[in-house]
Amino acid sequence: MSVRYALTGVGMRYGDIEVLSDVTLTFDQPGMVALTGPNGAGKSTLLNIMSGLRDGFQGTCQLNGRSITTWPRREFAREVALVPQSLKLDFPFTAEQVVLMGRTPYAGGMFESPEDWKAVDRALELTDTTRFRHRDFRALSGGERQRVVLASALAQEPRALLLDEPTTFLDLQHQLSIYELLRSLAREGLLVIAVTHDLNLAAAYSDRVVALKNGRVAADADPCSALAAEKIKDVFGVQAEWLQRPGGKPWIAYGD
Amino acid sequence: MGIEPVTPARAARIILLALAVTILVGLITPLIGPAKIELSRAFRGESPDAQMFFGVRLPRTILALLVGGALATAGVLFQALLRDALATPYTLGVSSGASLGAVIAICLGMNQLGGLPAVWVAALLGAAGVLLLVVAVAAEGRRMSSFTLLLAGVTINSVVMSLIMLLHNLASVGQSFAIVHWLMGNIDPVDAGTLWWMAGIILPVCLGLCLLARQWNLMSVGEEWAATHGASPQKLLLAGYIAGSLLTAVVTAVTGPIGFIGLVVPHAVRLKLGGDHRLLMPVSFLLGAALLTVCDTVARTLLVVEIPVSVVTALIGGPFFIALLRSRRRSLWL
Repeated sequence: MSVRYALTGVGMRYGDIEVLSDVTLTFDQPGMVALTGPNGAGKSTLLNIMSGLRDGFQGTCQLNGRSITTWPRREFAREVALVPQSLKLDFPFTAEQVVLMGRTPYAGGMFESPEDWKAVDRALELTDTTRFRHRDFRALSGGERQRVVLASALAQEPRALLLDEPTTFLDLQHQLSIYELLRSLAREGLLVIAVTHDLNLAAAYSDRVVALKNGRVAADADPCSALAAEKIKDVFGVQAEWLQRPGGKPWIAYGD
Repeated sequence: MGIEPVTPARAARIILLALAVTILVGLITPLIGPAKIELSRAFRGESPDAQMFFGVRLPRTILALLVGGALATAGVLFQALLRDALATPYTLGVSSGASLGAVIAICLGMNQLGGLPAVWVAALLGAAGVLLLVVAVAAEGRRMSSFTLLLAGVTINSVVMSLIMLLHNLASVGQSFAIVHWLMGNIDPVDAGTLWWMAGIILPVCLGLCLLARQWNLMSVGEEWAATHGASPQKLLLAGYIAGSLLTAVVTAVTGPIGFIGLVVPHAVRLKLGGDHRLLMPVSFLLGAALLTVCDTVARTLLVVEIPVSVVTALIGGPFFIALLRSRRRSLWL
């Protein structure tokens, strides 16, 4: 069984500034969704609303037919995990301890159960972070931290995974391997929604692209249609062209 | 640099070790002092040994254990809630509220209030007043965050401190001496009834806080992190602030503010054991209890005249803390 998100007329204002308006979207099957748009388009706000971090928005946001704001937090955290843009720690926790925190929504007591450890080992394995599980999280590089946070979210064993620019700090190799991982998780039945600025990664890996502009949905379709040259011009104000590599995936080139 | 995960076996081993240290300190320190005590005579009820041991030294040791444990636990808690390694039980104003209450009682020359020393009752009332004020200001608009809590607490703390200075300035010489004595913090022997009610508050509150250790782990990472991991950050902030304030208020009312325990002990334990509150909190409670008891023993035996225990905790704690901060450059574990 997959999760079902239904957003109807979602809007959000901070004071006089309208960050989101009239966003109506449905996510009702597993798959990889790229959420894109220029800076200030409302991507992070939308992701925060969907992960239950914001209330006071207009419209309704439902998960499995139940309004997000009325979900018990523990149950919700077993359905939906969020990977924040970056995580800064003030205290010494090992990478493993950060991943272990992903099991808190399942906690039946003071300590982790064998199933908890199994989930943690698997999450570390998947994100290629087992090597430094015992190192201080704060001593890791930005990319390593990002993968540990992803591991923590995977340890939550959610049915929807929301990511805010998951590959910002990653080197090329890890960018690709994280997107490979996200796509394979999506194939296994996870709903993955990732905010990204990298249109080529979005085009190459996602099943669906949602583009926001000025707080409204400007495109919502498969990558080819949502990222068509005229759409990119409209949403980002940038000239773009799809190039066909011989025998390979298409490539979006920006600029003149 | 690696550190082992917190498994039940490791937690039990380390907590039992800390418990053994604390019990040892609790057994040995009452025997130390200018007058030699023979335990066998004390237990046979022979004076002066029995009077000295059960009437003076043992209550004092138990008071120091309770106060040290409560301060260290409150320190751990406030550091986690505010995500500030420099937070202490006194950061958010509750202890200065207690001080203000005590100073008012001293200035009004009150002795007894409802069968208890007036200074204690007034201190508890002062602490409660500041607690309510801070929560009211921090929770404005029904959204409390660690930031609004810190802002409200620190601001109200400094306002209350200046009121204390004002009253001190207006007080007579005799009152002024009493005020200074109170503000320095002292562990004076108290009667068994006082120890019972203090233990009756401190022990359950500390135990309850330790049982919520995994929630404090989440909160020490961040409020949004806690929220996306099934916890309710606003409830935890409020409950934590009230519990930590209760601990601080109870000990401050009886002993006055005693510095450094709530700062140094959590840091030292975190340095050795990491940030997981399942170990950090109970071990800080136990070692805080032991450290304050040792400091108090030093305070009453080092010189012919008793020195205030706050002076000892600062003299031991200060250099220790500076050493910790210096080692921070070498090791990331702080």
